[in-house]
Amino acid sequence: MPKDHLITSENDIGIELEDSGEGCDTRNGKPTSGRKRRRRRENKKEKKKDEGRGSRNAQHAVDSGESTEKERQRKRRKDREEKAEHVQSLDKSKVNNRDFAAKNKKNLKNEKTRSKGRPKREVEEGEAKQPQRKGCAKTEENEQDTCERAGKKKGKKKHRKKVETSSEQESSEDGDKEGEGEDEEVEEEVEEVEKEVRPETLTPEELEKLKEAVDDKKKLIQALRGKPWPMKKKHSTLRESQEFLEKYEGALGKGKGRKLYAYKVMMNKKWMKFKRDFENFTTACIPWEMKIKEIESHFGSSVASYFIFLRWMYGINMILFGLTFGLVMVPEALMGRPYGSMPRKTVPRAEETNAMDFAVLWDFGGYAQYSVLFYGYYNSQRAIGWLKFRMPLSYFLVGVGTVAYSYMVVIRKMARNANETGGGDENSFNFSWKTFTSWDYLIGNPETADNKFASITTSFKEAILEEQESRKDDNIHLTRFLRVLANFLVLCCLAGSGYLIYFVVRRSQKFALEGFENHTWWERNEVNMVMSLLGMFCPMLFDVISALENYHPRVALQWQLGRIFALFLGNLYTFIIALMDEINLKRKEEDVVQFNMTMWEASLHNNTTSDNSTAPPLFTHPADVPRGPCWETMVGQEFVRLIISDTMTTYITLLIGDFLRAVLVRFLNYCWCWDLEAGFPSYSEFDVSGNVLGLIFNQGMIWMGAFYAPCLPALNVLRLHVSMYLQCWAVMCCNVPQERVFKASGSNNFYMAMLLVILFLSTLPAIYTIVTIPPSFDCGPFSGKARMFDVIQETLESDFPAWISKVFSYAANPGLVLPFMLLMVLAIYYLQSTSKSYKEANVELKKKLQMQNEENKKKNKRAALKAAMELEEARKAPFPRVAEQSYNPSHQHRRHDMADSPAGSFSSDQGRNGDDQAPFTDCRRSQPVKASASSHGRHANQGAPAGYPAGHPRQSEPARLQRVASTQRR
Amino acid sequence: MQALPHRMISWLHGRYRELAPHLVPLDYTNNPDIKLPLSLLVSMPELKENPFRDRIVQTFSEDGQGDLSFNDFVDMFSALCESSSRELKTRYAFKIYDFNRDNFICKEDLEKTINKLTKGELTPEEVTLVCDKAIEEADLDGDSKLSFADFENMISKAPDFLSTFHVRI
Repeated sequence: MPKDHLITSENDIGIELEDSGEGCDTRNGKPTSGRKRRRRRENKKEKKKDEGRGSRNAQHAVDSGESTEKERQRKRRKDREEKAEHVQSLDKSKVNNRDFAAKNKKNLKNEKTRSKGRPKREVEEGEAKQPQRKGCAKTEENEQDTCERAGKKKGKKKHRKKVETSSEQESSEDGDKEGEGEDEEVEEEVEEVEKEVRPETLTPEELEKLKEAVDDKKKLIQALRGKPWPMKKKHSTLRESQEFLEKYEGALGKGKGRKLYAYKVMMNKKWMKFKRDFENFTTACIPWEMKIKEIESHFGSSVASYFIFLRWMYGINMILFGLTFGLVMVPEALMGRPYGSMPRKTVPRAEETNAMDFAVLWDFGGYAQYSVLFYGYYNSQRAIGWLKFRMPLSYFLVGVGTVAYSYMVVIRKMARNANETGGGDENSFNFSWKTFTSWDYLIGNPETADNKFASITTSFKEAILEEQESRKDDNIHLTRFLRVLANFLVLCCLAGSGYLIYFVVRRSQKFALEGFENHTWWERNEVNMVMSLLGMFCPMLFDVISALENYHPRVALQWQLGRIFALFLGNLYTFIIALMDEINLKRKEEDVVQFNMTMWEASLHNNTTSDNSTAPPLFTHPADVPRGPCWETMVGQEFVRLIISDTMTTYITLLIGDFLRAVLVRFLNYCWCWDLEAGFPSYSEFDVSGNVLGLIFNQGMIWMGAFYAPCLPALNVLRLHVSMYLQCWAVMCCNVPQERVFKASGSNNFYMAMLLVILFLSTLPAIYTIVTIPPSFDCGPFSGKARMFDVIQETLESDFPAWISKVFSYAANPGLVLPFMLLMVLAIYYLQSTSKSYKEANVELKKKLQMQNEENKKKNKRAALKAAMELEEARKAPFPRVAEQSYNPSHQHRRHDMADSPAGSFSSDQGRNGDDQAPFTDCRRSQPVKASASSHGRHANQGAPAGYPAGHPRQSEPARLQRVASTQRR
Repeated sequence: MQALPHRMISWLHGRYRELAPHLVPLDYTNNPDIKLPLSLLVSMPELKENPFRDRIVQTFSEDGQGDLSFNDFVDMFSALCESSSRELKTRYAFKIYDFNRDNFICKEDLEKTINKLTKGELTPEEVTLVCDKAIEEADLDGDSKLSFADFENMISKAPDFLSTFHVRI
């Protein structure tokens, strides 16, 4: 079945092309003899085809295109010897019934001959024509009987002629019934003959020829790809030449190569498939990718950017969790001394009764407080377990490491984002690409299709918004004034709330000194209430104010984020102040306890000595031993409680504010006096700025508290995980997209910058407490040391050889550190300035490029107009001029350059050659219109079916020349 | 090399026959002059969700009405398959988007395309804006419609045309 080749042959083209890309230049081999043979061959083919076409013509007799083609063919036939025969056979064949396979094949060939026969033959330069012609010639050769193969060329030719003519006559005579059958036989014969070809039987001369032919075939295949024919024609041609290639490449001593080639093809396909599968696999491995894509398609990239940010934070927290869990919590739980072995690892007697109550545990008291979750539980023993795990050192290094890692990751991410935004934002075809390439033809699933529709609409809206924003130019002075005014108002707001916070905090400190008991509930909770009220109303106020500014929504979001960020800094400030106060309080308490402890120990000692000096020391249960308040655990607890309450608030507001509202609006709408959905309450929009800031501040808390509560990263991972699902669900089910969907990059550096600031701010207090406050005397891994970082020195002294600690002490010398820091500052300054200059150069170049593009476009337009006018003139003017123009060799040459240059370099060509090329291109482009306009009478053999795009260079050239030829003839 | 095409063809034949088992014979060796109507073809899962399904089928049908013979059917899938060349795809994409078949993508065609892509969710003003912008971007010769050369130039620079303009078979 000829059809079997249709698809693979096509598949093979691509690969073939890659392999045989460097084909040879032998295509101008021997055109004259080739032409003769080709004619004969064509006649033969045509005859077959005409038979094939018969029934079709009958079917579409009304079709004018077909009839003109027929006419054309008849005309062509007049030039030939076998004309009469053909007409006869054509007429006969009309009545014919067709075998499917044969018909198909013939149709293919027929179409091929029809559409390109005439013009191709007349113009020698037609690119792919010669190889094709050659190919035909070669196949004919194959048709020769085997005995002739060894003979000389001349003899062959003669003999061939005879054979062919006779066979043609035969076939045309016994015509209709046997026609196709015979053709098939011939084909089979050919194949058999080809199979028998052995390289040994060929003379060197023939080998040469064969090689030439093979190369020609390769050329043809290459050119075929660019042919504007329908697939059928391509396939038939391709099939022929590929069969040929397969047969003869092997015969030419490339037998091994052929196997290798097949192997290569197979491997290539497998590799492609593997790559695709792997790609799918990797995308499937990215967590929540589909969810985020779905949200992005419905809510735009700004909402998606929040979720991408959330996912990124989740990743970071996973790492932090791994560090603290693997290097601190697990070793202590497995190898440290068990619960109840020491006072710090035991619940005190006073709390024992309700240590297991849920309320206490929920507050992270009781058993939760005396567990690996908090700083106080850890022992100061230098090495634990059979691994000799250095617990205190590990604790310290993990604490420092988490912060250092976070810095590194944030900064690296920022740098990468900057790179991404810096490079390649080629959106010169933004709208056209969106229009023509955004639909994914692979989509076969209704849900995916819905998402795709939504995402395309959203992306269009985003692009339209950008366009409108760029077009907007109102009164610049008014806008400026309004912006200044808005900023002034916001500053007033911030200053006011700052003072309010300061005032309230001072007041509460005073209350705390006096004791909370004799104050009202409001006075006790004043700070919290003020903070949450500010947090609730100020963003709304900012939102209203920002309406004045008339910014692009993306910029507006950034301003909004910055302002709320400044507001929340007050929150942070109050929290830290309160914490420091409490730490100081605890430390005072600790001093008292320490004093009591010594008294208690002394009394214990006295008791034992008074009783019996040799008696074993009195055993007191660890739960009964008095202990210090352990401020580190207290700090850790504060943070954990804060995170928990924050999470709860977020979820509850989500459920009430979004879900309940959506439900009410949805169902009360049936029985309400106004339209709830379109009117006042409506559905909520997703609050990007609030959520992003919540996430960032939450992370700040984690960084601050992770040193004192190793469980914090674990809690945060849990929280982020839940909120990912909960928020995804809430967005999809209760929110509506923003009115102005705008484009935000998925990796937003603005978020990152805020995160960096928060990271810095939150490491400050942590480092301050670590460096300046001495650790508690009876809890935690650093108990008994003057400062927490002494653990480093201790390790250096006892675990490393002496010279290392010496080197370390030298390196820590200010005389070395200061110059080093100076050097670093200088290096940073240098790099900064070079990168700045690069950036400037980049911007400059981009501008230039854009200007040039625009200029080219303008030139093009002008040239097009000019060319159109010239063409009009040329039409009216006498023909010789036209002929001369088009046969001008230099023109022709240039034209070829154009046709050969890949489509991608089209505009760049124009850019280089500037004006003089442009008129030609336009001429070429506008030509087909003219041709088609006048094609009905004179030269319908351009052969373009209805709806055929006419502008293609390779097609239009023969057409144009054909036109010239016909005018000359006239 | 022979095994795959055969499999492909018979698979395609299976798909073709699936659409109308009572019309399409199992044996295609003789007299198979059968065409399936557009309404049947666009119900294929590969085309069902495509907003341009009617245009695709019409483009590949010989008479432009959307009735495909098995030949046309194979043509369609081989043009839309992953390994067909960029140029071929460009050509057929142009035909598909050229709704009124005047060999130019004019404003009308663009409007239809956009409305199909967005299910008519954009306001008429927005659609006009997009059309104007698209033509402004891609039109090289200033005739305010896209010829094939304009289209080809534009699409050749598109990053994901090749990856999206194919069906999986």
